[in-house]
Order: sequence, then C-alpha cells, then structure tokens
Amino acid sequence: MLRLPPIKLVAPTTVQAAAKAIATSDDNARLVAGGTDLWPNMKRRHQKADTVVSLMSIPDLDSIDSANANMRIGATATLANIIRDDKLRARFPAFAVAVASISSPPLRNMGTIGGNLCVDTRCTYYNQTEEWRRSIDYCLKEDGKICWVATKSPKCWAHTASDSAPILCALDAKVRLVSASARRELPLADMYVDDGIDYLAKQPDEILTEVLVPGSSDSDHCRSAFWKLRRRGSIDFSTLSVAAAVWTDDNDVVTRASMYLGAVGSAPMPVAEIDTVLVGNKMSEDGIAEIAHVAHKIARPMDNTDFAASWRGKMTVQYVTAVLREIAGLPQLRMRPRHRLKVV
Amino acid sequence: MVKAISKLNDELADATESQLKIIGKPFRRVDGRAKVTGQTQFADDVQFPRTAYVKLVRSTVPHARIKNIDFSAALAMEGVLGTLIGEELPDKFGILPVSEDEHALAVDTVRFVGDALAAVAAVSEDIAHAAALAVEVEYEPLLTISSVEEALCTPEPQIHEYADDGNIHKKVSLKFGDVEAGMEQADIILEDNFFYEGSNHLALEQHSAIAFAEDDDRVTLYSSTQCPHYVHRALTKTLDIPASRIRVIACSNGGAFGGKSDPFNHEIVVAKLALKLGRPAKITLTREEVFYCHRGRHPVQMHLKTGFRKDGTMTAQHLRTTLDGGAYGSYGVASTYYTGALQTTTYKLPNYWFEGARAFTNKPPCGPKRGHGTPQPRFGFEVQLDKAAHRLGIDPAELRLRNLLEPNTITANWLQIGTIGLKECIEAVVRGSGWKERYGKLPEGRGLGLACSAYMTGAGLPIYWNHMPQSGVQIKLDRSGNVAVFCGETEIGQGSDSILAVVVAEVLGIDLKDIRLCVGDTDLTPVDLGSYSSRVTLMVGHAAKQAAERARDKIAEAVAEHMEVPKDSLVFANRTVFPADEPENAIEFSEAVVIAESRFGTLGTTGSYIPPRAPGRYRGAGVGPSPTYSYSASVLEVEVDPETGLYEVIKVWMAHDIGRALNPVLALGQIEGSIYMGLGEAVMEEQAFRRLPKRLSGALVHKMPSMLEYKSPGFHDMPEMTCYMIETDDEQGPYGAKEAGQGPLLPIMPALANAIFDAVGVRVDQVPIHPDFILKGLQAKKNGRDPRVGPTSFPDVDYGEPLIVHTPAQGGDGRAANDPKASKKGLRSASGTMKKREDALKEHSSATLTTD
Ligand SMILES: Cc1cc2nc3c(=O)[nH]c(=O)nc-3n(C[C@H](O)[C@H](O)[C@H](O)COP(=O)(O)OP(=O)(O)OC[C@H]3O[C@@H](n4cnc5c(N)ncnc54)[C@H](O)[C@@H]3O)c2cc1C
Ligand code: SF4
Repeated sequence: MLRLPPIKLVAPTTVQAAAKAIATSDDNARLVAGGTDLWPNMKRRHQKADTVVSLMSIPDLDSIDSANANMRIGATATLANIIRDDKLRARFPAFAVAVASISSPPLRNMGTIGGNLCVDTRCTYYNQTEEWRRSIDYCLKEDGKICWVATKSPKCWAHTASDSAPILCALDAKVRLVSASARRELPLADMYVDDGIDYLAKQPDEILTEVLVPGSSDSDHCRSAFWKLRRRGSIDFSTLSVAAAVWTDDNDVVTRASMYLGAVGSAPMPVAEIDTVLVGNKMSEDGIAEIAHVAHKIARPMDNTDFAASWRGKMTVQYVTAVLREIAGLPQLRMRPRHRLKVV
Repeated sequence: MVKAISKLNDELADATESQLKIIGKPFRRVDGRAKVTGQTQFADDVQFPRTAYVKLVRSTVPHARIKNIDFSAALAMEGVLGTLIGEELPDKFGILPVSEDEHALAVDTVRFVGDALAAVAAVSEDIAHAAALAVEVEYEPLLTISSVEEALCTPEPQIHEYADDGNIHKKVSLKFGDVEAGMEQADIILEDNFFYEGSNHLALEQHSAIAFAEDDDRVTLYSSTQCPHYVHRALTKTLDIPASRIRVIACSNGGAFGGKSDPFNHEIVVAKLALKLGRPAKITLTREEVFYCHRGRHPVQMHLKTGFRKDGTMTAQHLRTTLDGGAYGSYGVASTYYTGALQTTTYKLPNYWFEGARAFTNKPPCGPKRGHGTPQPRFGFEVQLDKAAHRLGIDPAELRLRNLLEPNTITANWLQIGTIGLKECIEAVVRGSGWKERYGKLPEGRGLGLACSAYMTGAGLPIYWNHMPQSGVQIKLDRSGNVAVFCGETEIGQGSDSILAVVVAEVLGIDLKDIRLCVGDTDLTPVDLGSYSSRVTLMVGHAAKQAAERARDKIAEAVAEHMEVPKDSLVFANRTVFPADEPENAIEFSEAVVIAESRFGTLGTTGSYIPPRAPGRYRGAGVGPSPTYSYSASVLEVEVDPETGLYEVIKVWMAHDIGRALNPVLALGQIEGSIYMGLGEAVMEEQAFRRLPKRLSGALVHKMPSMLEYKSPGFHDMPEMTCYMIETDDEQGPYGAKEAGQGPLLPIMPALANAIFDAVGVRVDQVPIHPDFILKGLQAKKNGRDPRVGPTSFPDVDYGEPLIVHTPAQGGDGRAANDPKASKKGLRSASGTMKKREDALKEHSSATLTTD
C-alpha cells in the first residue's frame, strides 16, 4: 500500500509551543490537524515534510462556542462535532449543510475546520503519486515547469477544495492566526489568494486558531444557502459549489448580500455584483437571473477535476439560481432533490 | 427484494423440490461468519518470518526501449535484499496459448506507463518503495499508439510482432447465412454507431501474493487469484522448474470480477524472488497498480446495421466492432470474439455477419470483466431495438417478445440453446414496472427503458486445448462422519464454496457443518479451471454431485448389506440413513460411514465434469458455446433534469432466468451486484487516459488511478431494486441451475439509455452517460437538430475475407465453407474447435494437450 515517508512528528500541548515548534523547525516543517488532507498528500509525495507539528494534542483548541452572539469555533473542532452542534445547526444551517457535504463520515470524524479552511488546492495532474507525476515530468505546482491544464499559463490553476470556505466567506467569518512572534485576525476571504500554488495569504508558520462567525450572519438576520455539484452522494470534492448569504430588513428588502463560488478558481470566488444587484430591492427572478449571468463569467472551471469543464461552467448559472431561489423562498423549478444536500 | 421465484414447470418443480432438503433454501453461506468476523485469510493476511517485501519498478514512459537500468542507488540503501530484471525470467507467458506475449518483467521494451521492468526486495515495504523510486532507468522512446485509430494508421513500430496486421492484434470476420439477401428482405434498415468506454473491476481487495521456497526447486505461492490452475501453468512456464514442484494456493478473494483471472507478473516475480533470495517474498499492489494490472472492460466502438420487417422481426444483422486492447494480449482474442458471439442468443436472427478487430495500444491491457466482451454489443443491440420499436410503432417489450428465440434451437452461429425463460423475464418486469400503463406516458423528465440479454453458464471449452475434466471434486469420508471435499475452485465472494458444500450435503443428507472444504490448492485439490465465465455453479456443481453420489452409493451398498434391505430403499436425510419405509431404524450418518469403511476400507470418491460438445465446427466456434444460457430482462426508471442533464435512476426491475436458484439469497446477491456494477458502467465509470500535448510531452497516462477520482457509485447511489428469479430447470445444470453472476449486468446500460430517451427524447449512443451529453442532446433538440449524442463515425477497418458458414436453416454442417486452414491435423481440429474426445484419443496415446 501507499505508505508515509519517515517523518518526525511533534505534538505540543499549547498553541505557543506549537507556534514555536513550527518557527524553529527546518523549512520543511508542516502543521497537521486531522491529517485527512496532509497524510494522503505526503503518501503520494506531492507534499513533503521532515517535521510535522500536530495540533491535536492542544486541549480546548477544538471547542465550539455556538451560544455566544458571535460564534467561535476552535481550529481543531472536527467536522463531525460541528454538525452535531444543535445550536450551530439552527443558527447557521447553510454552514452545517456545507460541512455535512464534506467527504464521508469517517473522514469527518478526523477532519477539522482549520484543516478544511487550509486544505490544499486540487488538480488531477497533481493529486497523483510520485511515480505518476514522473510520467508527466511533474507540473508547475510541484517540481515541474509546465502547467498541463493551461500549457502557456505562468500560474497554476489548481482549484480551491474547501467546502466550508465559500459559505464562511459569505457569512463574513474571520479567522485568528497565531505565530511565534505575532497574532492577527483577518476576514476569512482575505486569507485566500487566487493562485493554485500560493493559495493562502497565511504564512506557513501561522497557526489558524479559531474561526469567528458574526451573530449578524445567523438565521435570525440573514438567509443563506449552499449547493454543491459532485458526482456521487458522498466522498466527492466539489466540482462547483455556490454559497450565498442575504440580509434583509423587515420588509424583505435586501440590505446586504454576499456570494462565493467554490472549485471554479484557486480561491473562493466572490460574486461582488450580488450586492449592487440585490441591495435596496426585494429578491426577484430578474435579479437572480442577472446574478447568475455574472457568476457564470466569474467561474473559471478548468479541466482538472471531475465532469466536463464547460458543463461545469454552465452549471454555475443553474446552481447560483438554485441557491438564490432557495434563499428567496421560491420553489425550485426543475432541479431534483438529488442536488440538494442535507445534514444527516 | 425478491418479488417472486416463478416456476416455469410448476408440477415438475414441485416434485423435485419436495425431495430437496437444503437446495433452494436461503441457507447461510459457509464462509459468511469468517468473513464478517475478520477470520478469513486474504492473501495480504498471510505472513511468514523473514519475508522480503517486493516492489515493482514500473515504466514512466508509454513506449520505449530500455537502454539501461541502474540499481546502484537502490542497492546502496540499507535493508535492500536484492533485485530482479526481465532477463532472469526470459520465458513469456499469457493466459491464452495464442497470445503468450508477456514477460514477468519487461525485457528490452516497455509498452505502457505502469509496465513492470524490474523488482526490488527489501526488509520492509517502506525500504522497498524508496529503493524502487531510486532505480534509474534510461529509455529510448518509441512512437506511442494511444487509440484504435492510431493503431490502424501506425503499423510500425509494432507493439507486438505476432499481431495479425501491424498493430491490429486480431481480426475476425464470420458470416452466417445470406446477410445481403436478408437486408434486401428488410422493410427498414437501422444503422448506428455506438461507443462503450472501458472500465476497471475495482475489486475492493488489491492483488496480493506471497511465495516461499523449499529447496532450490520447490515453491509455494499464495495469491488473490480466480484461477490458481492457470497461475500454476504460468509459473511452470516461467520459473523453469517442474509443475509438480510448484504449488499455488488461491486465497479467498476480496472481489475479483475477472480482474484476477490472468496470471500476473507480480505472482511470478515473488515466486522467483523467493527462490532467488531463499526467503519468503511478498507483494501487495497499490490501488494505482491495480489500474495497471487492469484486464478490465475493453473500450469498444460498434457499427451495427440491422434489417427489420414491418412486424418487427429481424432479417439480418451486420455488426462491426473495434476493441482498444491495451499493450498485451490477455484474454483479448476471446474478448474480440465475444463482442459478436452472443448476439444471436436472445432473438431470432437468421443471417448474421460479425466483424471484430482488437488493436494493441500503449495502455494497460484490457481483458475480461463481468460479462466479458458482451455488454458492449448488447448495449448497441438493445438500444437499436428501442429505436426500431419507435420507428415501427411497436411497443419495445412487444417487439422483443415477437423476436424471441425458440428454446432448444441452434442459432445461426451454431450455438446450442437449451431452455429460455426470457419471455417470463420480460413479462415479470413489464408487470412489475407498470410498463403498459406508464411507458411513454410519464411526465416530461421521467422515463422507463427496457432491455434484455443472455449469458453463458460456463465456457464450453477450456482455455488451452485438452480433453480432461474442466472441474474435478474429490471426497474423503471417514468414521468421524466428517466429509472433506477437495476442489480446485476459488471463492471470489460469489459464494462458490457454499455451492460446492451444499451439493455434497444435499446428496449425502448431512448438514453443511459436517463438511470441511479444501479448495483452490494445486497440490491438494483436483483441477478446476477457475472462477470465470460463470462456470462454477454448473461445472463444480456437476462434479460435486457426481462425487457425492458415488460416495452415497458406496455407503448405501455397505449399509444395505448390513441392514439386509435393498440398496435403493435407503434414504440419506437429517444426518441419518434409513430404509424409506422404516425411518425408525435410522442410523447416524457417521455410523453408516463406519459400516462402509469397515466393508470397503478407506473411503474416497471423485467426480468430474466436461461440457457437451458444441455443434459449431468453424474457426472461432470455440467462443460462445456453453452448456446453457441464462436470460435477463430489466426495466429501469429514470428522472432527468432538463435544465442540467443530471439524472437519477429511481428504480430497477430485474428478472433473471436462473434455471434454479440453489440458494436464493446468494443468487439475489449476484443479481443485485450485477445491477450495481452495470449502473457504475452506465452512469460514470471510465478507464480514461490523458495524452499530453505531443509537442511538449510524450506522456500517455491513466487519468485517475485512484478510488477517489475513478468514479464508481457507492451504495448510497443505489436505486431501489425489485428482482424476480425465473426458474426454468435446465437439464444441463445441476438441479437445473444456470448462472447468475454476470448475465443480469448486461441489460442495465441499454435500459438506462432507453429510459433517458423516454424521459427527454435524447438518444445517447454511448456509455457512460454523462449529464453534459444529455444537455447537449436537449440543446440540439431545441435547435431542431437530431437529439442524438454519440460517435458519428466508425474507423475504416479491413477485416479481411469473411469465413462463410452456412446456418442450420441453410442446411449447413457447422463448418466454414471457405476456410483455407481447414486441413490442419492434430488434437486441435482444423476448425479451431476440439475434436471429439474419442477421436482424439485414437490419434494420441494421451488426451493431454499442451499449448505448444
Ligand atoms: C477521500 C477524501 C474526500 C474529501 N472530500 C472533501 C470534500 O468533499 N470537501 C472538502 O472540503 N474536503 C474534502 N476532503 C479534504 C479533507 O478531508 C477536509 O478538507 C478536512 O477538513 C481537512 O481537515 P484536516 O484536519 O484533516 O486537515 P489536515 O490534513 O490536517 O490539514 C490540511 C492542511 O491544512 C493545514 N492545517 C491544518 N490545520 C491547520 C491550522 N489550524 N492552522 C494552519 N494550518 C493548518 C495543514 O498543514 C495542511 O496543509 C477530502 C479528503 C479525502 C481524503
Ligand atoms: S493547474 Fe497546472 S500547475 Fe496547477 S496543479 Fe494542475 S497542472 Fe499543475
């Protein structure tokens, strides 16, 4: 079977100690939480590390405070525990739906929210074994010179893979980052860079310690939805995801709106126009159609995951429409429940 | 859910049934408890001290000469025990005698990315892997051939020199009857191009093998294999030691589906390394390597032309196929014939012309997967029938009923057909699905599709020419009452162990727990050819029945003497033996054995089975014959979203003519498993490849050799199913049984395509059916163009002169009228089929025939 290369694993019990460990280790040190992304990548040798610093022995880093006005989730909270939290489910249903759509139950028992937000970008030329990548002489993202998805491209187009990122971005979430020398808080959306290689604005020695979701994003103030396009009913990564949040006043007039697309760019792609189109109006079929049209142009599906890329592009229109209809409380036209996700 | 087991011949069935004790009952499978409690030893569970772990060094280029292999960095690593290269195993092997084209490790040339060219052994798997990565190979690239089209226009360099023509491995052209005249009699002629993508078996267990040597010329191999006997032959060929000193033990397989029926290079390599290093050698493939072993479904292009009369009956069919074979022969010659051989087994087809060609390409070799070569043409045929039904205004179910073959006939291509339960199958699914009320009448987006099929119950001929039994069983009984049953069959999850045990238990009137099985061990068990071609229940069943009946006879003789009653009056039941009219005088079965052992000495019996000789005598007639054929019909309901093309299979109704269900639960598992696997191929599975832009790279790689990215449905993707078993009690089957493991897969793919047409009016003439295909069709429909998606052309292949074979209706004798090779002598008759055993024995002192 595929086996991990030998590594030095350290498991500090405080964030400070972990930050110190990562700062003082050699260049080739990495953080690990649940390991559901890092270990398979290291087995295939496209992510390498001599030292791995685990965050899983830090007590309380996995706590979830969903009763607080602003919800706080510790970085090592597992995906399974997130969807088990009743309060969280009630307040941020679309977030719960997104988390429940990630991989499969055993992987959600291990996978963490911090790991999910930092999860590596993906590409079918890259998520392959060392031997396979030798056969294509590697690619830009790791050890090679050419991007096989777009051979003239100077940049890597590997797609963002996190299913919690688009919805958390739409809900205005913030993250707290801690390094040995500093700590900062930044909007989650600002943590992402639209580049398949350097996809995070976070420094390698910065530890994501918590996610903060403002109370103004919960279901009392805002309606949100998340849809994910994938081949099978479980396991599969998104080949397109759409997350949106819409805030309205007492008269159903939109006061603020936010939308992000997943898996069709190297970062969650903001559909900024949603704000200009919707704000000041009630949600309408026309408005929804206009946003769907804009989103279609923003999405850049590439031939580096499942399904035909051009079809995934067309699906942006359908999925954006579906997400906004769900938020507006309009019936879905033809889409079967099959597309719909649920928290089991 | 089994809706019903319907009996065709109720009276007869009732009579037989009342006498049967275990057969026909849903008994628990004999290996069930061990499997669910983790006690079963799969090959990877077998451990020996001092084992050397082996890793194969695989080619990273698709086609090249090997210029140099540098092991220095690997050998410098601590813990590396040794290496192996192709020259150390110079003899070629291959499952079919006509295409022994594989070296255990490539000698001189590598033929696809993943082709093994060297092996390293180390004290741990980690070191072996690191060492394999450190081996440096220098290549001199050769032109890469990535498709049938490229193979056709690139005769040089040849991937194998023995090919029929350039890079076309095998060409077949067989013409039965007067196809031209048949086409002229037709009122309409339909002509279609179809494509069926290749797929992997995706057995959950990856291949694993471990070998140890005793002395320098005795070796034992444990392996996850469906065919220990063929592995034994391949080891004999390549290791250069006598067959009697090689022992192959087939472990329980964690699924196989045809993917473990070739002898494999890794099996030979560990056996050789065990001999070379003097310590056990073990290998377990990664999932990626399983995709390189492959032997999966051939990608097949088809051109199908069929003539129909207004009433829906068929006048003639001309089928052309191409198979993308990959880099080695494997079962490919048989696969090629199979893309044509079974077209005649369901409906009356008076005139039939089949042309097939298999190309060598620089990809992992294709071979047999559940349904071997027949799902592809069946897909084309059943979709075309649906089109014909629409053209002619006949209900698709009715059209099929009108064309049904008569039972006990010989087809145009000389296959002997026995019982046919297809009519009952069609009726069952038509009734179950509410076809008559609902077909064509469901709201836009909802649809029903129907398709049928037939499959063999065991290939009529062995893979290499010989006149020995295809299955053998030995029974040992002693005073303990324990009955040990020895048979070369292999359990691949389908339940063959249970069938072996239940037949013996049934005959001897004992409990399944009284039986100890010893299976799949070439040293200890009589030869059975293996778990392929749906042959085990029928052939092992017959052999076991014979051996058990002989044992019962022996015991009965002794007990009759002892009790002073007529032998025929004795009944074996409830672990006792008693005279029919004096059940109160019953003695324990073990006591009966004591009486027999005292009377005759040590007890043992054997049984064996050879299929009947098929009537075809032309070259190629060896592929297709079977003692009997199973039949299936399916209706599938689908819901399509016209906005996206995404669809969901809502429900499947499947009726299967199983002859007789020896264990309905096991049989149902096979039927449901077939539906599942069929849906995988219909909906998503693809053994797809990436060729990088030629100006930048020579790479040709498997697109996604992982279980995450090679999409195959999970159980949560399964629709609801209703299955019907139709019992026809075929006299060729043990207790009337036919196969159930492969046939029910076949109707699924065409039923889906037909259902999608009913739902949204789009014809998809290829599988898997991706949502974007449907959307494309819908777009075409909207724009007033032909709402059809699929291949628009068929390659220009020169299949050569057809062999002309007159059909039974034409008064033919089963021979070709124009075969120039028709005068060859030997056991293998000129026609390519086997001579009669008696004739063969007259000519040779022994009936054994080897391949060379
Ligand atoms: C078969 C399979 C299917 C999957 N399907 C999905 C899917 O559908 N959707 C999806 O979103 N993901 C999917 N994943 C990916 C993965 O399981 C999840 O994203 C998971 O949440 C990752 O969390 P983890 O804790 O296991 O991450 P890890 O593997 O531990 O870490 C992932 C990355 O984040 C970094 N990291 C982890 N924690 C921190 C931290 N606190 N601070 C800074 N950096 C950190 C690590 O260094 C690493 O680079 C799948 C994975 C597999 C193997
Ligand atoms: S997008 Fe291009 S550079 Fe990035 S991983 Fe894929 S092939 Fe490599």
